[in-house]
Amino acid sequence: MNPLAVEAVGLMAPGLAGWPASQAVLAGQRPHAAEPMPATMATLLPANERRRVTATIKLALQAAQEAMAQAALALDPSPGNGRGELSVRTVFASSGGDSEILDKICVALTQPDRPVSPTHFHQSVHNTPAGYWSIATGCMQPSLSLSAYDGSFAAGLREAAALAWADQARVLLIAYDLPPPFPLAERRQIIAPFAAALLLNPATTANRLALLRLDPGASGQPADRLDDAGLERLRAGNPAARGLPLLCAIARRATRRVILFAGTSATLRVAVEP
Amino acid sequence: MAIKPLAIAACTLTNALGRGLAASLRALREGESGLRPCDFEDAELNTWIGQVAGLDQEPLRGELAPFDCRNNRLARLGLEQDGFGAAVRQARDRYGADRIGVFIGTSTSGIGATEHAYRQRDPITGSLPATFDYQHTHNVFSVADFTRRWLGLTGVAFAISTACSSSAKAFASAWRQMRGGLCDAAVVGGVDSLCLTTLHGFNALGLISARPCRPWDVDRDGLNIGEAAGFALLEWAKPNDDRVLLLGYGESSDAYHMTAAHPEGAGAALAMQEALARAEILPAQVDYINLHGTATPLNDAAEDRAVLRVFGPATPCSSTKGWTGHTLGAAGVTEAVFVALCLEQDLIPGTLNTRRRDPRLGAGVVLENRERPLRLALSNSFGFGGTNCSLLLGRRRR
Repeated sequence: MNPLAVEAVGLMAPGLAGWPASQAVLAGQRPHAAEPMPATMATLLPANERRRVTATIKLALQAAQEAMAQAALALDPSPGNGRGELSVRTVFASSGGDSEILDKICVALTQPDRPVSPTHFHQSVHNTPAGYWSIATGCMQPSLSLSAYDGSFAAGLREAAALAWADQARVLLIAYDLPPPFPLAERRQIIAPFAAALLLNPATTANRLALLRLDPGASGQPADRLDDAGLERLRAGNPAARGLPLLCAIARRATRRVILFAGTSATLRVAVEP
Repeated sequence: MAIKPLAIAACTLTNALGRGLAASLRALREGESGLRPCDFEDAELNTWIGQVAGLDQEPLRGELAPFDCRNNRLARLGLEQDGFGAAVRQARDRYGADRIGVFIGTSTSGIGATEHAYRQRDPITGSLPATFDYQHTHNVFSVADFTRRWLGLTGVAFAISTACSSSAKAFASAWRQMRGGLCDAAVVGGVDSLCLTTLHGFNALGLISARPCRPWDVDRDGLNIGEAAGFALLEWAKPNDDRVLLLGYGESSDAYHMTAAHPEGAGAALAMQEALARAEILPAQVDYINLHGTATPLNDAAEDRAVLRVFGPATPCSSTKGWTGHTLGAAGVTEAVFVALCLEQDLIPGTLNTRRRDPRLGAGVVLENRERPLRLALSNSFGFGGTNCSLLLGRRRR
């Protein structure tokens, strides 16, 4: 299968505050410790906007922003493309989107006269982070928002890869999920917030963190688990974190085959090399 | 070079016009709207809706019973029409169950189940009732998971949720996934069902009309919410294929505002241009445009600018929202299949309910049905967050 270069990675989760700070943990040189995440995230949003948006939007945009900032090339305006500053397409993968907003709407619907907030309603769509991202960056490129429940990371990676190959263009994959509030939390357990962004380039540039090859066939093998107990807890406890074995392989800068959870009895094989 | 086209090997629609393609086609021909005054649950809103009859009486049973909710009932009802299941079974024999992808658009999936559960919270603990199954109802993926299981498919599957462009983008995803070799054929579709979230949400935004919606009318004042399920089985077109083909798709982001369309329709124009470019078709070759045409004052004005910019005033276009209402995440597939039917029938549908075209708008909006040979037609779908998708469909002349 056609290779894809990973040009940059963005990451935000407890104990994984950004790619540079997380590489030692992901490479197995330091154990994972679930430290709190930084208070300020998604600084690409104007300050007044940042106060209005939810934790979900900020988390997704933080990972996206970090990956784009790392790849200084990709932030350069692409002359003559007529599509704003960024020429990067996006795929946003999330199991459940913004549960905080959905909870508020469902609560409002139980009250007299059903005072659904117009802001909450427009923030309830699954593509809300994609909308804020395109507004903040001026990027008019195509964007897809998808869900495959616990297999959302693998589905997002497949779509991002297909999009990169089809359009011969850079694609930023952003996978994110947050714990829902009570009472939804009783029926959907997500143990901690997690967001990761991978900037993928179908041109196998030398300026890369890793080269990926997706295997389109069914693997039949179980998904990789992680040796570090903290990382494994995250992986199993957040759909977006199902991509952690891939991030660990990238951080190790070694050649290996990764098997990612892709849904009930389905996995996705990815060959990773430096 | 033009992209390799996909053929629509089978398709089906269920919406306020009835179950199956024949019901939609008959209503399009007769000019009969599916819109009725809103009597959904206890919504008590002064608006009209496009409701699918009979969903309350037909729960899901057996192995797929955990998926039971209005949205998945609608999906099942849709899958049962027009021999769609049988066509997919034949494709499964040809391609293998793991080589047919499933890409289903939805905006709210089965959130109605959560709405109901929140009304039944335990008065002491606040917990949701024990019967509530989040994964199989409310979660965005639920409807794609249900569709995949109902059809017995095991390959790549995901739900696309980009508001009102969702199921148009399903066609684009299918093309890419097939092109990338991740699957050899695809079931695409869209399912969105009536729920209080969308009815009260659009009401809060002041976007719903108290009358049947009137796209492009000088007096248009908002949209009507509808519900629908639509599916299509896509495979690579053969040489001299005389089926309806997906010749091009175009996607863009407005990068402008979360709910308001770009006033000049810049993103919409870009999506249409991309669809034409992928198909290597010139604007003048397009015989008909099915507009997104929600009938809100600003949306129609923005789309009008975009159509004028790309096509000028001559290309016949219409909005079919007056028949079905705005079926949100299902609008893309509903209208793509309408376009496919129109290509087969050489029919340009009018714009139902619209009486006086807004003199400030200039696109070639057709009010009455017209019969004329059609070869190429475009379908537009735009959504909140500034997400745009246009599909170019075509058929060889007989």
